[in-house]
Amino acid sequence: MSVLVYTENWDGKFKKLSFELVSYAAKIAEELNTKVVAVSIGNVEKAALAELGKYGASKVIVVCNGELNNLDNKAYNAVLAQAAEKEGANVIILAHNNKGKALAPGLSVKMKAGLISGVTGLPSSYSPMVVKKKSFTGAAFANVKVLSEKSILTLFQNSYAVVEKNIEPSIEEFAPALPAINTQVTNVDKVTGKILLSDAEIVVSGGRGMKGPENWSGIEELAQILGAATACSRPVSDEGWRGHSEHVGQTGKIIAPNLYFALGISGAIQHLGGVSSSKCIVAVNTDKDAPIFEAADYGIIGDVRKVLPDMITAFKEFKASN
Amino acid sequence: MKILVCISNVPDTTTKIRFNAEKTEFDKTGVQWIINPWDELALTRALELKEGSGGAVECVDVASVNLIDAEPTIRKALAIGADKAFRVNAMPKDAYFVAGQLAEVVKSGGYDLVLCGIESSDYNGSAVGGMLAEFMDYNSVSAVSGINLDGGKITINREIDGGKEVLNISAPLVAVVQKGIAIDPRIPNMRGIMMARQKPLTVSEPTGIDALTSFETYELPAPKAACKMIDPENVKQLIDLLHNEAKAI
Ligand SMILES: Cc1cc2nc3c(=O)[nH]c(=O)nc-3n(C[C@H](O)[C@H](O)[C@H](O)COP(=O)(O)OP(=O)(O)OC[C@H]3O[C@@H](n4cnc5c(N)ncnc54)[C@H](O)[C@@H]3O)c2cc1C
Repeated sequence: MSVLVYTENWDGKFKKLSFELVSYAAKIAEELNTKVVAVSIGNVEKAALAELGKYGASKVIVVCNGELNNLDNKAYNAVLAQAAEKEGANVIILAHNNKGKALAPGLSVKMKAGLISGVTGLPSSYSPMVVKKKSFTGAAFANVKVLSEKSILTLFQNSYAVVEKNIEPSIEEFAPALPAINTQVTNVDKVTGKILLSDAEIVVSGGRGMKGPENWSGIEELAQILGAATACSRPVSDEGWRGHSEHVGQTGKIIAPNLYFALGISGAIQHLGGVSSSKCIVAVNTDKDAPIFEAADYGIIGDVRKVLPDMITAFKEFKASN
Repeated sequence: MKILVCISNVPDTTTKIRFNAEKTEFDKTGVQWIINPWDELALTRALELKEGSGGAVECVDVASVNLIDAEPTIRKALAIGADKAFRVNAMPKDAYFVAGQLAEVVKSGGYDLVLCGIESSDYNGSAVGGMLAEFMDYNSVSAVSGINLDGGKITINREIDGGKEVLNISAPLVAVVQKGIAIDPRIPNMRGIMMARQKPLTVSEPTGIDALTSFETYELPAPKAACKMIDPENVKQLIDLLHNEAKAI
């Protein structure tokens, strides 16, 4: 038996998310009295692979094959299913991100393993497996029980703290049989030089109360001072003030940073669905009755056009002396 | 080409979420039901594809695994413009069960392009589309934010973590779609609503597939402490609180 975790890499590098996944898998493995096997697909340097041991992986299985340069759901699932079979994995863990969401469902059917997607914490029971997951777009949690022998979990980013274990993992190459690759990627457009919304610990977000795209320089400046990513409400991206990739909420991205600034955002239920898991929310709004203040930890009733420049000055001072 | 759009029936997005006293079931009292927002966008895009295909897209049909109370939502999909509808008469127990039932509809209708929303706004499974593809052994692409047909070729825009991709893939295909796939959902007009009454809605009984998971109990998030208000003239206090109290910076 083992707990298998798929650790995706970004241009050969792992991220905090990868270590959260391994730490989470390690805790589950401990409860089940077994070990963690990490699967890595693509070219990653030995030292980086070994780092997965630091968070609890006893073994890292490496699959290097040019055919897998781009995500093809069938091919990646063939790799994961064969790795799971070989390692006798009863629990498989993936990230609840684009790749994890693309792969986990197919794998669930392939392996007849019950899938609980979007979990935010450890199982409350291991036999049967019962895990809490978000439901109703953040308005509730559901405790879901797996009825099959094997289970698959996808874990939300920033929901499980990294724990160091300092294991020296064995690293093993693996060449599973691949099906024909049907996904032909013709163009890739990667965001560079910016903190990704999904990775950010701090997010500065603007709504229609910002009045227009020309006022976003303040948001960008604050984000830069804090090492934050920028986001926006849906009407802002619908109006084209900001790109769609910044839209957070029920129909956009669901995020859970440590700190979320809602500037000129009313806090509609659909918006909150995407941000309510943030550990701390700061709201600035002219309307004292805006629903955002029900979700916020700290609030300022005021005009962003005045408050934001003051915030920038104050945060600059803070950063300079801390 | 034949397109099938899978439709989930969900509480209106402004619904106050409540559960029964035992916390084992969602309380449906007074709830308004809608087509899951992503499925509505998927249907909109499917209709655009059909209209722009010069006859190459033969039909856009919809399928839903639900009891009879979901029929108004299914009729709405017909009113928006779907040609035919299928309802598998069962409680949607879990994603695996639902995907297994939908696979029967796909098989019997011979659909070569299936569109599913990235998730259903009630149970947030993000699972039915990918599972359906595996049941059918179809190709699949997830996080699809754009889809175009050009003769037999399917071109897709896909969101990746940290960017976007353009790709080609062949049918039969399940595309799991999200924001961007269509701009605004189509709204049924009077004619559409009249016509929907005549359109076929076929009901079938489920096949024997067991669910792999069960939703046992629900919890509401812990109520939040009241928001601390800060004087707009004293923004420094915010920084102090974020640093010393919330330890967020
Ligand atoms: C099916 C569905 C899905 C949806 N999904 C999403 C989603 O994913 N994400 C999302 O964000 N929305 C979503 N919405 C839309 C949502 O209902 C709201 O309309 C939207 O969130 C409002 O955006 P806003 O807060 O930027 O704008 P508004 O509601 O216009 O609010 C602007 C706020 O700014 C304040 N303000 C105005 N001027 C100033 C100023 N000078 N200084 C400070 N404050 C000021 C106002 O008091 C107000 O509170 C969805 C809606 C539906 C129906």
